[in-house]
Amino acid sequence: MSASTYKLSATRLNRLFAAGELSAVEITESVLQRIEKVEPRVGAFLTVTAERALERARKLDGRRKGGDTEIGLLAGVPVAVKDNMCTEEVRTTCGSKILGGYVPPYDATVVERLRGSGAIIVGKTNMDEFAMGSSGENSAYGPVRNPWDLNRVPGGSSSGSAAAVAAEEVPLSLGSDTGGSIRQPAALCGIVGMKPTYGYVSRYGLVAFASSLDQIGPFARDVEDCARLFEVIAGPDRRDSTNANRTPHTIKFGGEPSLKGVKLGVPKEYFAAGIDPEVKARLEEAISQLQALGAEVDECSLPHTEHALAAYYIIAPAEASANLARFDGVKYGHRAENAAGMLEMYGKTRAEGFGPEVKRRIMIGTYALSSGYYDAYYKKAQQVRTLVMRDFEAAFSKFDALVTPTSPIPAWGLGEKTDDPLTMYLADVCTIPVNLAGVPGISVPCGFAGGLPVGMQLIGKHFDDHKLLQYAWAYEKVTTHTQARPSLEGGL
Amino acid sequence: MTTKWETVIGLEVHVELSTHTKVWCSCKNEFGAEPNTNVCPVCAALPGALPVLNAEALAYTVKTGLALGCEIPHYAKFDRKNYFYPDSPTNYQISQLDLPLCRNGHVEITTADGNTKQVRIGRIQLETDAGKLLHAGDDVAEAHSSLVDFNRAGVPLIEIVSEPDMRSAEEALLYLTKLRAIVKYCGVSDVKMEEGSMRCDVNISIRPAGAEKYGTRAELKNVNSFSAVARGIEYEVRRQIAILEAGGTVDQETRSWRDAKGISVTLRSKEEAEDYRYFPEPDLPPIVLTDEEIDRVRQSLPELPDSIIHRLMNEYGLSAYDASIIVAEKELAEWFDRAVALAGAANAKTVANWQINEVNRVMNLKGLGPDQIPVSPEQVAGMLKLLEKGTISGKIAKTVFEKMIESGKDAETIVKEEGLTQVADEGELLKIALEIVSANPKVVEDWKSGKATAAQWFVGQMMKATRGRANPQLAMKLVTEALEKFTGQA
Repeated sequence: MSASTYKLSATRLNRLFAAGELSAVEITESVLQRIEKVEPRVGAFLTVTAERALERARKLDGRRKGGDTEIGLLAGVPVAVKDNMCTEEVRTTCGSKILGGYVPPYDATVVERLRGSGAIIVGKTNMDEFAMGSSGENSAYGPVRNPWDLNRVPGGSSSGSAAAVAAEEVPLSLGSDTGGSIRQPAALCGIVGMKPTYGYVSRYGLVAFASSLDQIGPFARDVEDCARLFEVIAGPDRRDSTNANRTPHTIKFGGEPSLKGVKLGVPKEYFAAGIDPEVKARLEEAISQLQALGAEVDECSLPHTEHALAAYYIIAPAEASANLARFDGVKYGHRAENAAGMLEMYGKTRAEGFGPEVKRRIMIGTYALSSGYYDAYYKKAQQVRTLVMRDFEAAFSKFDALVTPTSPIPAWGLGEKTDDPLTMYLADVCTIPVNLAGVPGISVPCGFAGGLPVGMQLIGKHFDDHKLLQYAWAYEKVTTHTQARPSLEGGL
Repeated sequence: MTTKWETVIGLEVHVELSTHTKVWCSCKNEFGAEPNTNVCPVCAALPGALPVLNAEALAYTVKTGLALGCEIPHYAKFDRKNYFYPDSPTNYQISQLDLPLCRNGHVEITTADGNTKQVRIGRIQLETDAGKLLHAGDDVAEAHSSLVDFNRAGVPLIEIVSEPDMRSAEEALLYLTKLRAIVKYCGVSDVKMEEGSMRCDVNISIRPAGAEKYGTRAELKNVNSFSAVARGIEYEVRRQIAILEAGGTVDQETRSWRDAKGISVTLRSKEEAEDYRYFPEPDLPPIVLTDEEIDRVRQSLPELPDSIIHRLMNEYGLSAYDASIIVAEKELAEWFDRAVALAGAANAKTVANWQINEVNRVMNLKGLGPDQIPVSPEQVAGMLKLLEKGTISGKIAKTVFEKMIESGKDAETIVKEEGLTQVADEGELLKIALEIVSANPKVVEDWKSGKATAAQWFVGQMMKATRGRANPQLAMKLVTEALEKFTGQA
């Protein structure tokens, strides 16, 4: 076993395992050592399932030695899972006190699929409570730190999953993206992160934040790994009625990277006021490189973009206010002690169990759905959502994909925006419209701004996820950004 | 001046569908299982679990709608109704707000005076039943703890909402009876109020007769039997009229019926009414039904009560009211059809009379349900054969009927064992007639003086002497013969 096994890509680890050159135990031990070494600085994990992972690795090794020729796409590959996806017998907290001791009796569909592909789950990652947040600071279990600068945030809400991959603790992880929670931390941590088309990946077992927007997706350090994990998790599942019943394309990478004949649109609204000049410069460079690859690039407009954020902050909290109603102390999770009656038990349990951002959104959502306000807020927001969708439809009648910044700004300092939720919400301004429209989006590293990673977002048509991956791969091949690794430094 | 008042009633009826599995998961849908044994991540609302619509529940709802003459829209959707209560594991109910599965149906009722009337059904929606709470203590307010059983959580429930078309407790009961029959004929529910598979909320208001505007309504909950519906309505009507006649106004409120005390009490006022914050259910796509799919359900419909009522009226000459009584319960109608098949169509009216006057009387007396009819069609048809042949008299038939119920034996066996055969031996009966006549000279004198009832009296005595077994016509003939003989001799 080489000391740097943990640094290898998932694709490479899978090949070495299949060839018998690396055992699953060797891979897992290397990864666990890395986790042990850097976790005190990064804080990406809430639960490391070292014993389970090793046991699983031994089984995989046994099967391979026993002549099992069916080697899954992720056989021998360690994967981390965001703590809002249910794992049988392993606690699943959603970064919340209210689910502090909660151990699910079943696996989420994506977790089943990971196991089916031979992956080794090494732990559950930290996150903004119930996936509400853009910095990772809303976890009840402490913040995650950005591996590129430990004094800065990694982005959120899939903060731990992004940081764990960026810090080379695992080659792959799963996140969930409701308004940018995969793509934004991927951008801030300098890795690849994708939100698939709504309905491509089953939500069964994903603790719901906003059901009509939530989608599970992959984090990886390169596009090929990202595609591999996507292929494993996407596909039909009868347990999720919003699942599109689509089997993903098998994506083959190789040959000369080219974007000949590909039409790319650059929506001007995504480069408006508020964008960091260096981020803008990196994007402009990236666009030149896309053109150099043969893409036809043109400016376009998504005129309702400015209203998307407001619509999102009605729709998502409205759904959340109902989705989070089940956490009441009756069935599972935290229950307040010494409550005088039922109503007091409900009130105390939820007051103690939820953090401030979750409470804020439950209140916003409850208010927006209230009698007399529904038409002004929820209904209006749904109308805006339709207009946002039409913007994309119109753009996709001319373009194969759109190019935007993933986040208008690079990673900011820990604690810098925690007192100003509205400014924090603006960090998702480029990613939220994609969730409202249900289309796929991928963030790929496109350079640095003041030493901090910058991400480029590619947005595609419904179920064009494979095309986005191919475009991203071509771009990655002619740049070196995905090869950069953080130093894990910064004052601590 | 005294105002005449009109009662206006609308009913919201909840019916649990008897699907094999629950509406959003594959847990068994069964009544009376050990608490919390039919529970899974979905119906216990564990984090991350998602609902999947049970196709059988959808088909049952559409079937009920079609049987009630509803339109089935091609597009329907589900909504979340938000409220906190421990029997609801999600703390919201999946229901249907503005696009239900069925709309604009009706139920035809026939009152005792033979008038028919249409009660309109505004909508039928498919929704989720809640679990059951068990309180440690007599009353929820005093309970120191409560337990939850989620077996019922996630059982499919349909809510059938009538328009305010009923004008009396009688009409409300006729509507409920007919509705229950139709649902039961469809085979989509066992509609047992006592087991909670049929539940009913009653909206009641009062207005001056002839007024166009409805009065302010009160919604009555916890009416758990047909008789409670009737008592509840009557109480509410008295209460509201008393308020109005005293110059007051009726409050819009939800009231709870206390059946034991025969009163209703305020549950919540309009101001306290909950805001359910409905919004479209994001976990379930809208339902799109094609004409072919709706037709497939239509073809699965059985013969329905209205059609049976018309058949009984046309083929057997039954009155609309009698037919509707027989059809009120599927089992009673099946019983009737079987008995008529055995006894012959010519005897259909007799079968109906026996069923309505005797069978139903005994069932009411003993509190038997429609699945507990105490006498078989074979038994009653056999009895009617004996009656037709003259083997037994009408009076004996009643005795035989009682004994059939007691013993379960057929009529012929009972008549044989008990020696209940009609005495038709003229010689023997004449002997008895002569004995009676000679023993009652006073009545003979009456007869001689032309008193018409005297002969009847002698026939009565003959019946007594033969324990009812004498053929009545024959007895009359022989009494006359004996009187003539006796007076001729004297």
